[in-house]
Amino acid sequence: MNPMNETTRQDWIDGIRVMAPLLPGAIPFGMIAGVVASNAGLDALAGIGQSVVIFAGASQLASTQLIADAAPVLVVILTGLVINLRFAMYSAALAGHLAALPRGRRWLVSYLMTDQSYALSVLRYAARPEMSLAAKYAFYMGGAAVMWIVWLAATAAGYFLGNSIPASWSLDFFVPLSFLALIVPAIRDRANAAAALTGGAVAVLAWSLPFNLGLFLAAISGVAAGYAVERLMPQSRENS
Amino acid sequence: MDAQTVWLAIVAIGIGTFALRACFIELGGRFTLPAPVTQALRFLPAAVLSAIIVPAVLRGEAGSLYFGIDNPRLIASVVATLIAWKTKSVLATLAVGMGTLWILQAAL
Repeated sequence: MNPMNETTRQDWIDGIRVMAPLLPGAIPFGMIAGVVASNAGLDALAGIGQSVVIFAGASQLASTQLIADAAPVLVVILTGLVINLRFAMYSAALAGHLAALPRGRRWLVSYLMTDQSYALSVLRYAARPEMSLAAKYAFYMGGAAVMWIVWLAATAAGYFLGNSIPASWSLDFFVPLSFLALIVPAIRDRANAAAALTGGAVAVLAWSLPFNLGLFLAAISGVAAGYAVERLMPQSRENS
Repeated sequence: MDAQTVWLAIVAIGIGTFALRACFIELGGRFTLPAPVTQALRFLPAAVLSAIIVPAVLRGEAGSLYFGIDNPRLIASVVATLIAWKTKSVLATLAVGMGTLWILQAAL
């Protein structure tokens, strides 16, 4: 093995090593995605296959819940995508580092993009500006690949576990619970608190609108409220 | 929803999500999002997830919203929110929230 490959191998290992502490947080979400899919009546191929095709936890949970509620298919699709709009932001941040890769590798980077792989890589690239393109790719892929394997295994385990649990256990409650677990610790400033409170309140007020339009109205109102608070009270910003 | 429609939804979300992940990388790093858009996107997770959580918690048996304090899901969510806020632990939030719901459902 030539010295160049030795270097990248260390970057793969580093990528896996920094991702490892974040994996236990992903396992319950993956299992719940599987449990909820089986309780919503999805067959095994669709229930586990959505982890391969979509590979985005919050989006999978929200769309599965809407499928269980028999929402119109367009609403299911739009909701699943709105939650993933943040990936465009990650794509912009990673582009400066990884856009020079050949197409196959670029697509793999895009397909495997998660909140975790984005955050770890951007931090690492900023801390070590001397990293080569090959090293950046190896570091990203080490963490991203191990996250993919864990996510798939957790969804499959959850799916088969969920199949043996009766509906009276109210396992669908895991959807709002896991979203609470995600979002409550992430609300660290007034602007995000305003976004969450407005989003929740508008969702209730607009509940009776057809086609789940209330959800989109709530999302837009929440974002507008967060943006307004940040503009009017810039001191509320803690990070950045 | 039949199996074909479910797959239509999964594939459409999958393709759209890949496009969102790939867009700026495929543009070659020459373009970035305007600052106001990046700022606004920062609030999207809180707004969307909250808009999913609140109606899911308040939904009563008949499919309408139910605000009564004898709604076990409402009480369990308040408890789970406190746990999430204090511990920041996913597992603790899930365990306490689900446990509270089961106890209340058995008791009420």
